[in-house]
Amino acid sequence: MTAPSPTSPPEIDSSGRLPLFILFGGAAFWLVLSSVFGLLASIKFHGPGFLADSPMLTYGRVYPAWANLLVFGFCIPAGLGVGLWLLARLGRAPLARPWLIAVGAKLWHIGVFVGLLGILSGDSTGHTWLELPRYAAVILFCAFVFIALWAFATHRARADRDLHPSQWFVLAALFWFPWIYSTAILLLEVFPVRGIVQASIAWWFAGNLLGVWLPLVGLAAFCYFVPKLTERPLQSRYLALFAFWTLILFGTWTGIPSGAPLPAWMPTLSGAAAWLMLVPLLTVAVMLVQTISGAKTPCAGGPLCYVKFGTWSLVLSGVLLAVAALPQVSRVTEFTWFNHAENALRIYGFFAMTMFGAAYYILPRVTGAEWPVARFVRGHFWCGVVGTLLLFAPLAIGGVVQGARWLNPEITPVDVSKATLMFLRLSTLGDLLLLLGNLLFLVNVFALIARHCRAMVRVLYADAVAPLEPSEVKP
Amino acid sequence: MKSAALVFLAAFLALSASWGGFVLAPQLQLGRGAQAKALITEDLYPLARPGLARQGLEIYRANGCMYCHTQQVRQEGTHVEIYLTEGGTNAAGVLAALQRLSPALARSETLDSLPVKVVEVEDMVAADRALKTLKDAGGKAETVIVPTGADLARGWGRRRTVAQDFLYDQPVQPGVMRIGPDLANIGLRPYDADWHYRHLYAPASVVENSKMPPYRYLFEKRKAGAEPSPEALKLSGAAAPEDGYEIVPKAEAKALVAYLLNLRAEAPLFESPYTPPPASAPATNAAPTTAAVP
Ligand code: HEC
Repeated sequence: MTAPSPTSPPEIDSSGRLPLFILFGGAAFWLVLSSVFGLLASIKFHGPGFLADSPMLTYGRVYPAWANLLVFGFCIPAGLGVGLWLLARLGRAPLARPWLIAVGAKLWHIGVFVGLLGILSGDSTGHTWLELPRYAAVILFCAFVFIALWAFATHRARADRDLHPSQWFVLAALFWFPWIYSTAILLLEVFPVRGIVQASIAWWFAGNLLGVWLPLVGLAAFCYFVPKLTERPLQSRYLALFAFWTLILFGTWTGIPSGAPLPAWMPTLSGAAAWLMLVPLLTVAVMLVQTISGAKTPCAGGPLCYVKFGTWSLVLSGVLLAVAALPQVSRVTEFTWFNHAENALRIYGFFAMTMFGAAYYILPRVTGAEWPVARFVRGHFWCGVVGTLLLFAPLAIGGVVQGARWLNPEITPVDVSKATLMFLRLSTLGDLLLLLGNLLFLVNVFALIARHCRAMVRVLYADAVAPLEPSEVKP
Repeated sequence: MKSAALVFLAAFLALSASWGGFVLAPQLQLGRGAQAKALITEDLYPLARPGLARQGLEIYRANGCMYCHTQQVRQEGTHVEIYLTEGGTNAAGVLAALQRLSPALARSETLDSLPVKVVEVEDMVAADRALKTLKDAGGKAETVIVPTGADLARGWGRRRTVAQDFLYDQPVQPGVMRIGPDLANIGLRPYDADWHYRHLYAPASVVENSKMPPYRYLFEKRKAGAEPSPEALKLSGAAAPEDGYEIVPKAEAKALVAYLLNLRAEAPLFESPYTPPPASAPATNAAPTTAAVP
């Protein structure tokens, strides 16, 4: 196959306009909605009677609505948007069939919407991180595969034959999700296996989704944007290769919690994998430090700040995961807010922040226009940072307090709740700040898209009413 | 790496390994699970849940009880307890043996209220030694294996939760978070259906300052007839409806409570053994259930 001649970056960017609008626009919308559910869930701990009379808004439905909108509504479409753009840019080829990708993206959002209604009306599957009911899961799966196929077609048509590390990460992510999701849906929902094996599969899925898929996509952005934004070469390709291999080799084994009622080798293996995951994460830390050292570009609340904060959050969340896998620690932290804190750090602190950074870089290039409210970019950064920390730190500490109280049989359940109340109050503040930051993102993205569409309509209109040139008139 | 094929190969190798480990292997090891014989009683365990309880599991799932409640009792170890069950004919000898093992019990009244727990030891070797001491003195003694740990001390169960306990559940809901107590054995605790109804309807009316959300939507408020319905909840204080009205459980609430009452994972199994204490032993010695009485 002879390589086609490279396309210029602006042409590549404009080829992805429609699909990226749909992916990011929808992602921003679900993110805000997810934050609203997160806030509702959090408020319920202050007054358990809050909105308790509506079955749709009971805690046990609002909480999974938060989690699933966050991961399936925001993380995956945003990750796909960044991944598609990276594949096109790095391959120097325009996106293949942007219209069809746009259809796939729409389909994905429809799947999320259907799934949300399912959860709220009581159709959740009952497996954590997999609550979206079967009928929604099938839509999501098809949409993903559809988008992934065109992403792969884009990659095949690339002009630059060499692979950049970001491309490994994106390609692996495109492969990973359909496999883990199809296994989970088939064996849990379509032909359900019996008994505790279900839990094992659900844990395996969640470990691969949060522990491998999110890092794969986030690190793809990391490998591209950190060198780009600091104007320095990536340090180094070999470290990236090493991080890639160790991440997929070890990360895929991390999901089983340490006290799971499964044969003992399974949680033990997962615990060991959590420790081994420190290898890729520390590698990434070294890559970050070496790449940015000596760089003169200030990050100034822009994309670089986001990616840096995201990377450090990933490293910290990996350390927490490893520590919590020690039996002495998990005795206390298992079944507490600690796990929620670790997830929040991984999803908000690492993944969402990295995706925001990437989106703030990509979308203006795709539209060829600046952000409508440039101030919001920096505002969003600080809301994100403070919000993540206020969510994460109190819940991590609160989780330890909660776990230690449960270990003392003298303390009643009511007193255990009482002991965590102060931490939950602080975390509600974090939820509020995150909601605010996400709103700023939504406003900016929607305004950018709206402005672009208006300009396009104006051009079309001008074209339509322009007087015909004599040469265009056919006899 | 220079080509996409290599990346896919790498991903394939890594993922298929963990797929084999965490999806296929447990399915081969546990997936064909069948009922097991419980220790001691030799009853088959577990039994399929009755129809109403199975519907209740769906209510539990639909309303996300598992975001606040686990069904996984943890266990940190076991210890062995020695019970003296019969004093035999040589009272003086037995008292001397007791004097050695547990001086506080070395009184003649002890022999009138058998069985009595003599000692708790950590392992079987020490247990055998104590057993021999009592038997040599002419008494009859039994050993009892007691699982230990904070969850068990709270009265959340007799033993740890094992894979077998989930055999018939669809979906299984082991849970990940304990905002409230573990429910793996809620059916063994001294709560009746009536308590559960009142607790679900207005948790704080039963457990002071409870942070559990109320599930009023599982109940119906209706005009009371001349005779209050036998199903009506006996509520008092702020939770009670105004005069002339009564609160009755809807079908969902009945199913949910049937499920809760059916949650009892107590059969001693090969992989998590324990022995119930000798029949007439006071419950406080080994069965921690009383700790949970509200
Ligand atoms: C927001 C968290 C939350 C949710 C959701 C929740 N609970 Fe609870 N639950 C608690 C707390 C906290 C307690 C301890 C205080 C009390 O007993 O009321 C508790 C206690 C209980 C108890 C008493 C346990 C004991 O040993 O005393 C039962 C039974 C129970 N819950 C059942 C349920 C069921 C059934 C559901 C779902 C319909 C549910 N809970 C949903 C928080 C929750």
